[in-house]
Amino acid sequence: MNIIVCAKQVVDASEIKIDSSSNKPILEGIPKKISDIDKNALEEAIKIKEKHNGKITVVTVGSADAKERIKELLAMGADEGVLIPYPDKYDYHIVSTLLAEAIKKIGEYDIILCGEASTDLFSGQIGPKIAGLLDISQITYAQSVNAEKDKVTAERNMGEKSVTSESSYPVLITVTKEINEPRLPSLMQILGAANKPINEWDIESLVVGLEPKIKTVELKGVSMDRKNIVFENNLDDSVGKLVDNLAKDGVLG
Amino acid sequence: MVLVYSDNKKLTFELLSKGSELAKDLGKKSTALIIGKNDDLLANEYISYGADNVFVAESDIDSFKAEEYAEILEKVINETGKDTILIGSNKNGKELASRLAGKLNAGCIVDCTNIYLKDNKITTERVVYSGNAISVEQFNSKPRILTISSKVFEPLKKDANRKGEIVKKKIETGKSSSKILKIKEAVTEDVNVEDADIIVSCGRGFKNKGDIKLANELADVLKGRTIGCSRPIAADLKWMSEDHWIGLSGHKVKPKLYIATGISGQIQHIAGMRDSGVIVAINKDPDALIFKSADYGIVGDLYEVLPKLTSAIKDKMS
Ligand SMILES: Cc1cc2nc3c(=O)[nH]c(=O)nc-3n(C[C@H](O)[C@H](O)[C@H](O)COP(=O)(O)OP(=O)(O)OC[C@H]3O[C@@H](n4cnc5c(N)ncnc54)[C@H](O)[C@@H]3O)c2cc1C
Ligand SMILES: Cc1cc2nc3c(=O)[nH]c(=O)nc-3n(C[C@H](O)[C@H](O)[C@H](O)COP(=O)(O)OP(=O)(O)OC[C@H]3O[C@@H](n4cnc5c(N)ncnc54)[C@H](O)[C@@H]3O)c2cc1C
Repeated sequence: MNIIVCAKQVVDASEIKIDSSSNKPILEGIPKKISDIDKNALEEAIKIKEKHNGKITVVTVGSADAKERIKELLAMGADEGVLIPYPDKYDYHIVSTLLAEAIKKIGEYDIILCGEASTDLFSGQIGPKIAGLLDISQITYAQSVNAEKDKVTAERNMGEKSVTSESSYPVLITVTKEINEPRLPSLMQILGAANKPINEWDIESLVVGLEPKIKTVELKGVSMDRKNIVFENNLDDSVGKLVDNLAKDGVLG
Repeated sequence: MVLVYSDNKKLTFELLSKGSELAKDLGKKSTALIIGKNDDLLANEYISYGADNVFVAESDIDSFKAEEYAEILEKVINETGKDTILIGSNKNGKELASRLAGKLNAGCIVDCTNIYLKDNKITTERVVYSGNAISVEQFNSKPRILTISSKVFEPLKKDANRKGEIVKKKIETGKSSSKILKIKEAVTEDVNVEDADIIVSCGRGFKNKGDIKLANELADVLKGRTIGCSRPIAADLKWMSEDHWIGLSGHKVKPKLYIATGISGQIQHIAGMRDSGVIVAINKDPDALIFKSADYGIVGDLYEVLPKLTSAIKDKMS
């Protein structure tokens, strides 16, 4: 079974501060990590490989430091990494087209796994968009997956209902956070990952003349100011003070 | 030139309100799309809610599959020459819009919270970085695909005198290689956290499903009360139905009072409640992140705090 996992390097949104003078989010110097759900996607790939053998390739469109993130994924259990640099001009269309072209270049694949959405921009469009570009079937919001030899079934969390779908290969699957608990690599695995290949492909080798369809005009910060009054001593006292404050604020109905 | 589609009727009304406004600004017409069986009643309802006309793509597909629906939309777009496609941003709508964008090589913006013309370009706003920022994005190509969640735009007033044309056409699709084996409707409790005035919200700090009654008792003494929860309570533990789920991937709420109990305050939860009036946090960990997003906090065991708080509020209000 050949499995491709698309994994994005994101800034840790919980570390973002808003610059009060410019009202812009400060994105420089924020710790980066693999988008949380992409680790669930890789974990699922590893489980499928444990059952059917095969190869797992991780593909990332990202800046040079994403190489470190790919190493983490190789340590977890991916076999090979592909890093495509961020182009100068970018949008969802460019990122998804680069991923689709990289997948075509890898050539052999049965399952492509993506996260339901990234933790920074959270559009959730890249997975289904890749499926549309490759014209293969898609199973989104999978909360459990059962891969068999020639088909896969998945239970999809659709909010007010759960839908069980089946597809032959190849198929693109997007997974939710609930599907599994991503493993932590052992020290041996971390050391072993150093020997696994990371291929850096330039954009021109994949596609030429790609233009963005959408332009980000502006990024406006949204700050949240709260009183942050915390009561921590005597409980009866704390409760009393809280209720007085709530009454004073006029929110008790 | 503006095509509007959602499998949810109410959401379609809301999209039609924005869709017909955009069409007017661009000097064009808006069309509502119905997929499936011909339904004159529904078509006329769409017209009365602002559609200039309605296109019925007749098909005998019985349940939603993104592959087949995207093919239908592609054919309708080719047939009608529409270049601005508004799709309802529920789970079906999002995967449909994104797949369609792939098929058409088109730009797509998901979950727009505002749409307007600027320099004669369709410009959108959407929330990014878990609520820390709003990204203003602009299309510089066609077709343009946009998705919009429920309650972003108000529907127009219904006007039964509006006239419009209804076009019907049979649309054939290929068979997709995926199939639906089973659909299980979840039990929902029909709560509407989005419209609630006061929300008591529960997180993993609760040890058992039965203990949620402590939150219920507090909610009961507060008027306009509703119970909400964090993602793990709904999605992992399934102690509450999804209509209680608050956060980035759940419902966005803005009650005048939000009481978070046993919730750690991860940014994805905050994304759903950051517009609340007053935020109260109850957590036994003094370093819990939730206190940074709260107006008032009590450090303590919710099993002790909740009963005391319930009786104190009862006293205060009587
Ligand atoms: C403020 C801002 C700054 C941006 N900066 C850049 C930039 O510097 N360079 C640039 O090219 N784009 C940039 N973009 C565009 C944006 O990063 C891409 O469109 C993004 O990769 C896809 O959107 P998303 O994060 O919403 O993905 P989603 O659709 O939410 O992601 C779903 C899944 O798709 C896969 N996936 C998504 N993105 C990638 C990826 N890059 N690599 C591998 N797998 C992926 C993952 O499996 C992920 O879980 C920026 C956008 C904005 C608004
Ligand atoms: C892409 C993505 C989307 C997400 N979307 C959402 C979303 O929409 N909504 C959401 O909620 N989460 C979402 N999450 C998950 C989020 O990151 C957190 O994991 C989740 O909010 C944690 O839930 P919790 O606070 O209930 O549980 P925990 O983080 O486990 O916190 C439990 C808290 O209870 C406290 N506690 C324990 N016992 C007691 C006691 N006896 N008395 C008082 N306090 C106690 C603990 O100190 C702790 O702070 C998302 C995550 C990702 C990656």
